[in-house]
Amino acid sequence: MPYPTILRASEASLVSHDVDAVFIFILAIAGFFFVLTQGLLIYFAIRYRKKKGVEESTPYITGNHALEVVWIVIPSLLLVAIFAYGLTVFIKMRTPLPNATEIQVTASQFTWSFKYPDGRSVANELRLPVDQPVKLIMISRDVIHGFFVPAFRQKQDVLPGSYTYLWLLPKRVGTYDIYCSQYCGTGHSLMRGSLIVMPQPQYQAWLAAEQQKQKAGAQSPAEHGKALFESAGCGGCHSIDGSPKVGPTLKGIFGSRVTLNNGQSLVADEEYLRESLEEPNEQVVQGFQPIMPSFKGSLKQDEISALIAYMKTLK
Amino acid sequence: MADHATSSLPGDRGYLSEQGWRSWALTMDHKRIGVMYIWTTLGFFVVAGILALLLRLKLLVPGPALFSDHTYNVLFTMHGAMIIFLFIIPAIPSALGNFFIPLLIGCRDVAFPRLNLFSYWIFVAGILVTVGTLVAPMDTGWTFYTPYSTRTSAAVTSLSFGLFLIGMSSILTGLNFIVTIHTMRAPGMSWYRMPLFIWAMYATSVIQVLSTPVIGITFLLLAAERVFGIGIFDPAKGGDPLLFQHFFWFYSHPVVYVMILPAMGIVSEVVPVFARKPIFGYKAIAYSALAIAFIGFLVWGHHMFVSGMSTISGVIFSFLTFFVAVPTGIKIFNWIATLYKGSISFDSPMLYALSFIFLFIIGGLTGLFLGSLATDVHVHDTYFLVAHFHYTMMGGTVMGLFAGLHYWFPKMTGRMFNETWAKNAWWLVVAGFNITFFPMFILGMQGMPRRYAEYPAKYQPLNVVATVGSWFLALGVIIMFANFVRSLRNGEPAPDNPWRGLTLEWQTSSPPPEENFHEIPTVTDWPYGYGNRNEASRDH
Repeated sequence: MPYPTILRASEASLVSHDVDAVFIFILAIAGFFFVLTQGLLIYFAIRYRKKKGVEESTPYITGNHALEVVWIVIPSLLLVAIFAYGLTVFIKMRTPLPNATEIQVTASQFTWSFKYPDGRSVANELRLPVDQPVKLIMISRDVIHGFFVPAFRQKQDVLPGSYTYLWLLPKRVGTYDIYCSQYCGTGHSLMRGSLIVMPQPQYQAWLAAEQQKQKAGAQSPAEHGKALFESAGCGGCHSIDGSPKVGPTLKGIFGSRVTLNNGQSLVADEEYLRESLEEPNEQVVQGFQPIMPSFKGSLKQDEISALIAYMKTLK
Repeated sequence: MADHATSSLPGDRGYLSEQGWRSWALTMDHKRIGVMYIWTTLGFFVVAGILALLLRLKLLVPGPALFSDHTYNVLFTMHGAMIIFLFIIPAIPSALGNFFIPLLIGCRDVAFPRLNLFSYWIFVAGILVTVGTLVAPMDTGWTFYTPYSTRTSAAVTSLSFGLFLIGMSSILTGLNFIVTIHTMRAPGMSWYRMPLFIWAMYATSVIQVLSTPVIGITFLLLAAERVFGIGIFDPAKGGDPLLFQHFFWFYSHPVVYVMILPAMGIVSEVVPVFARKPIFGYKAIAYSALAIAFIGFLVWGHHMFVSGMSTISGVIFSFLTFFVAVPTGIKIFNWIATLYKGSISFDSPMLYALSFIFLFIIGGLTGLFLGSLATDVHVHDTYFLVAHFHYTMMGGTVMGLFAGLHYWFPKMTGRMFNETWAKNAWWLVVAGFNITFFPMFILGMQGMPRRYAEYPAKYQPLNVVATVGSWFLALGVIIMFANFVRSLRNGEPAPDNPWRGLTLEWQTSSPPPEENFHEIPTVTDWPYGYGNRNEASRDH
């Protein structure tokens, strides 16, 4: 994906083009004052530098009322113009879009979870059809996060204890970055996701296929666990290929010998893995922070078993 | 200005004559207290600067490198907390303010010398608690947003206590300065004959006294929530996390003017001296300092446009924010007009003052993008913001501090520094600064969020540029400090008035005697009467 640079106006969403227009408007005014002030600063510095061997004689100028008025009034008017232009686009951004599909966004350290109207949850990946308005209803399970799609020029903090909203209208097919923009702890910089904007027909096909998969149901526990691993966002902190992330890798975890941060060591059996899901900060692996949220209550017993079955397959 | 030649005997060390640690630790001399503040604050500038270099070093690569992400978070928290609370807030007001307010208004000490010493020592006590806490990993960011800060295992409670003490010191110093400026000016020094540094320090002190109690109370509430479990900010306990942000920025926005106004005061002193011209628009500069202090109290919400605050609040705060730009612009225009038809020499204090103007213009103009609602939504919490506040705080305040340190070094120490090395350092500092921070504007426009220990690979090239820039910047600062340290012992003896300034500190010896002036001067004119009064005269 190319850089979402503001100067190459983004057509990715309904408001992105307007935001870029405001940016360029401010840039023009700022550019004018930049050239004016820096130009005079440098010109005066060179023009009126002290000449060698010349006895200085500078005029006794202490001020000029007319000039003071000029450089109070003109900037004030331009500032009001900048404010007003920014305001109109901000209002547009905050105005609810009619017939918007509602998607529930739950942020937690360090995962985005998107819940579709059909009840399905997907972690860190938001698929939207192009030209279809969407309302994101966002809440956090723990601390403050920030939902940020640079290409859309939109951002909104996600709070624990109260809902915040964002209206999106994707205008161009493509894959865009989602970042967490509000510092939320150790894995903050890895709390990223993708926003995939698809053509309407493809979106419908994807939706149908997913629903089909769900109905088919009869999965092995390991397959069920793999699906849970993806939908619960475990991969945000735990890799399955051995690479280090915020949390220990799960590659070969089952049956391995684990050294804890209190110096003890144990073998990672079913019981240890269950405890690590329900009381994750009781027995923390050496070299890691006690930051994992507890999944007690949010994962059912058979789901925990399924996850453990999946972990056994990660050789 | 009054004519009071008080030439000192060669080898007379003035206020520096007395030796031994007691002569410093128990001193009530505002100059010695000022010097202690300088050493303390510059010490933390160095420490926090080293942390910043480590942060930049890690950001050379997008993925895991050098140290863990958690360590990165701890380091940026320490960098921010130290540079804000232990360096940039006290650096000019408490250090140069203490040393020069009495000298510039022509009196023997501040109004409450004993309180002044007390302020210094509670500052040190606050530092000990704060640093002791920071060393135990603190990973909240210097903004301590709840509920992260009420839940993290880091020692937020004791940190609050340390910052509470530092805030106390700040309030008492501000109070001391207000009383000093009101009551102790030399005979004949009316308000409009005060140097502009004094006007700036006056506005600064008012902000310190009025805003610091709010952050003190906020830290107490934070501690109450953590220790007693009282639900104030954490929604899980029935609190409101946005309430914390309102309290925090109600202090932390005005306090950016505590950081910048004194630096603007220094620029207002340095520019006329080296341009050999009266300051242009004295009253406009003086009143704009007060205007900034006043409006600065009404704009804290511009840190919260995307926080979940209501749309209408965002609109009001955005509108008010643009009016801080007006008095700031007034200062810039007046400084530039002061140069007109001057006879400008480019000694190092002037170079730093001019680079303040140059860099602060960039910092100020980029603030427009952050003040405007539509564009702030995009660039808020990105590297654009990081670049903006480093241009205002480092390009502004720190350049102003460097201007002041060079300008007043001869007066404070009785020695001259090496001008050639000072200029070499200046080139490196200014070039390094721009190479480090300008790319961050572009990174922010491209959407790179701040406080990212790891980042998508597409942002790497500009991050590499920024990191390389930080090495030039560091080298410049090292040369500058080495020049100062070397000159403390080996510098040429300084004349009483090396820059031919008209303010009162230049009418006494370098370094000044303990009582500042052998005889209190009588002031008969404003301090900017440079130039030929027969030419193009205009009433000020």
